[in-house]
Amino acid sequence: MPDNLHFKTVTDLQSLLAGGEISSVELCRELIDRKEAVDSKIQAFNSLDAENVLANAEASDQRRANGELRGPLDGIPIGLKDVIAVSGSPLTCSSRMLENFVPPYDATVSRKLKEAGAIPFGRLNMDEFAMGSSTENSAFNTTFNPWSSDRVAGGSSGGSAAAVSAGSVPVSLGSDTGGSIRQPASFCGVVGMKPTYGRVSRFGLVAYASSLDQIGPFGRSVADVAQVLQSIAGHDPKDSTSIEKAVPGYPEILQNPIGPWKLGVPKEYFEEGLDPEVKACIQKAIDWYADQGCEIQEIQMPNMDLAIAVYYIIATAEASSNLARYDGVRYSHRSEQSEDAIDLYFKSRAEGFGEEVKRRIILGTYVLSSGYYDAYYLRAQKIRTLIREDFMKAYESVDALLTPTSPFVSFRAGEKNEDPLAMYLSDIFTISANLAGIPGISVPCGFNSENLPIGLQILGKPFGESDLLAIANSFEQAHDFSSQHPDL
Amino acid sequence: MEYEAFIGLEVHVQVRTQSKIFTSVGVGFGCEPNTLTDPVVLGFPGALPVLNKEAVEKSIKVGMLLQSTISEVTKWDRKNYFYPDSPKNYQISQFDQPICEGGKVEIELPGPSRNVMGEHKWIELTRAHLEEDVGKLNHFDNDSLVDYNRAGTPLLEIVTEPVLRTPDEAWAYLNALRMLMVYGDISDCDMEKGQMRCDANVSVRPVGQEDLGVKVEIKNMNSISGVRNALVYEIERQIQTLKGGGSLVQETRGWDASKNVTYHMRFKEESHDYRYFPDPDLMPVRIDEDWRGRISATIPERPYDRQRRYYDDFKLPFTITSVLIPDPGLCEFFEEAAEACNKPQQVANWIVNNLLSELGNDGLSLSESKITSAHIAGLVKLIEEGVISKNIAKEEVFGEMFTSGEMPAAIVEAKGLKQSNDTGELEPICQKVIDANPGPVEEILCGNEKAINFLKGQVMKATRGKANPALVDQMLKALIDKKG
Repeated sequence: MPDNLHFKTVTDLQSLLAGGEISSVELCRELIDRKEAVDSKIQAFNSLDAENVLANAEASDQRRANGELRGPLDGIPIGLKDVIAVSGSPLTCSSRMLENFVPPYDATVSRKLKEAGAIPFGRLNMDEFAMGSSTENSAFNTTFNPWSSDRVAGGSSGGSAAAVSAGSVPVSLGSDTGGSIRQPASFCGVVGMKPTYGRVSRFGLVAYASSLDQIGPFGRSVADVAQVLQSIAGHDPKDSTSIEKAVPGYPEILQNPIGPWKLGVPKEYFEEGLDPEVKACIQKAIDWYADQGCEIQEIQMPNMDLAIAVYYIIATAEASSNLARYDGVRYSHRSEQSEDAIDLYFKSRAEGFGEEVKRRIILGTYVLSSGYYDAYYLRAQKIRTLIREDFMKAYESVDALLTPTSPFVSFRAGEKNEDPLAMYLSDIFTISANLAGIPGISVPCGFNSENLPIGLQILGKPFGESDLLAIANSFEQAHDFSSQHPDL
Repeated sequence: MEYEAFIGLEVHVQVRTQSKIFTSVGVGFGCEPNTLTDPVVLGFPGALPVLNKEAVEKSIKVGMLLQSTISEVTKWDRKNYFYPDSPKNYQISQFDQPICEGGKVEIELPGPSRNVMGEHKWIELTRAHLEEDVGKLNHFDNDSLVDYNRAGTPLLEIVTEPVLRTPDEAWAYLNALRMLMVYGDISDCDMEKGQMRCDANVSVRPVGQEDLGVKVEIKNMNSISGVRNALVYEIERQIQTLKGGGSLVQETRGWDASKNVTYHMRFKEESHDYRYFPDPDLMPVRIDEDWRGRISATIPERPYDRQRRYYDDFKLPFTITSVLIPDPGLCEFFEEAAEACNKPQQVANWIVNNLLSELGNDGLSLSESKITSAHIAGLVKLIEEGVISKNIAKEEVFGEMFTSGEMPAAIVEAKGLKQSNDTGELEPICQKVIDANPGPVEEILCGNEKAINFLKGQVMKATRGKANPALVDQMLKALIDKKG
């Protein structure tokens, strides 16, 4: 068996499987062992049903032997954030509230992956109900950064990023509401993409903020991310907000990239608060694109400073309503102590939700309340439109924008816990893409002096995923950041 | 001091559709609890609503029946409140862009007696919007159970302006609304099955005062007459309170049908802040000209328009139309039969006086019986053509036709009921009757023309009813004249 199987990309694994050098069962056994070996340190997994994984791997090997492969991902394990439903598997959202919930249905992305032969591999840790930027808000465990085990993996999809970075799984899915894929990808030194709102079905994704949530892939290469996106993208009649628009062939685009591109650099992203080492690293990446013949333009995003405020109004408003269903009456945590129906609500929710979730529910309830709606929610929606217009205006002159993914590298666990505002600022560069509904990708672009990964964020036009993948891929091909792995 | 009342009604009507409003699960009543559910109905994590087009289409149809303005763009909002019958603890409803705005409903007030038509009026509507129904709680001694079968049934909320002035008007409005829903094939509006529910807002003010009085909402009324009774009680309660020097507070009251009183439920301050906001899971719906046109082609004639037409075209009296009009199926049956024999009044009389009572006796609906419009038309034709008498039709043909489903002409043929018009055959019989009854003949000769009926009866008896009564009348008169 080849060395370091656990760090191979999907592309590599596909040729090993095709050449008969490994079987899917061997690959999955190796990854189960790897997870056993490293996850006690990283805590990326909430659960892993090894028996089920191996049964699926065996079925895939059988299909391969019979020449009945379902697609390129057949036999490839994929980790799923514990917010995406897989029929018969726990779906905890890293919350006490859903600790014992097992959905009887697949999310559309889970169904598509299964139909492509991919093997769901574990339930990955996250901030409770996807609310957070460090995976410290998980009710079960903090996920640690594979590059430095006293630091956070980022969040909210910290488990999805860390599992890929640590070599426990080659690719995974996360969800991104304000940066929850891109920021942990940047912290853990992997590639992570948030597609355009409506590109991937949200059916079966437990809702945090419905108008912002989007599922997207993590991988150790841009090509792997392109392959996973290919298999999950497209219109879904079960999600009215998914868009009927043909899905291009993403992996093929990487074979014949069209460049050089016109790239914008929004100056507001490089002002105060940006870590100097991160700034230098991003500047180097920008210079590289310029050297390749790309035209670099400075862009203005005048409403960028409002993005965090707008986000925490819209997201919490939607969350306050989305999370109302967890009341102890049907399937969620039910308090043993309650005296009547109202008391059941109070106690079940008090016991089931963590601090950050409660904070956001209260905030969201407040901004929607009679007398405050116009001043907060309605105003936030108007500014949201302005932010989108800023992007659309920029895209009249450039193909994509280059920015840092996060203003800083991974921070120490506990460092920002006591200060929610400081924590919220770690999403300052990612949030506006969700507000505008545009796609974004984070690709590794270097390390700081402490050998902590730094991510370059590329933001694209609506449905411009092909451009983003090609732009990111050209950078990745010319550098070796993605092929560096943490020493665990 | 004189007081006057103002009433506004909020009526919920379940829209009949194949499936629920936001998922493909079917709708129904009386099924095993929690069988008409799926992850969407139960609000499971990650489940998303997908709009049922049929529900929107039927709501547009209702809007057209109500003569509302149909919105070009309509959207969905979340109404947030916690209650165990609400699976998501928000209800998907419509806040500021309902499907239907404005509109009016023609009502008919009760007449001075059952046989006399009452005044017609138009009641202005505020709006009608579509939303999802909630589940049903069943309370027991020690616990409560919830059945989500009803949850997600499309529900149309139709709101009037506060323009109804009496409990009778409210009663008439609910009846008129129910007729419209039945005509549009929207709902049977059976209040006992929860297909129609009604809340009332009522206030009183001294005559002459400009501002409306303090508004009280009444809930828990389970029938149309229950609404009337509750309003009668509540208006009187409010007037007596004011007359006694008391004051009214804005509150919600419940109707207790067994005690015939309203009782306090909650004050306005205790009401929910629903925190409406647009549902991010659903896109707004555009209702274009084309779609409107297709639906408007399916709008039936409204009940009171039909009533007027029956009077104008067929001279049908209120005693007849009041029976026909509420039942569109019966009206169509009538129109088919009337058209086939061109005798609308006779057809209407047969339906109202004979057919409906037979149906009632057997507990059948029209569609369950063997009688078609062709049967009634055929029967009327036989009478009009003088083939059988009305009496024979009633006594010998109708019952047989109702039981066997045979066509009336075939029954007449088989039973040999054909009326006799043969003067040669009838004359000796008439003569015999005259000879045998000198008393009545004498009376006729003295000027009591009515006495002829006795003689006629004797002739009919002798011919077992088959003689043409008009002919017998003519012949008897001629024979008596000759005698005189």
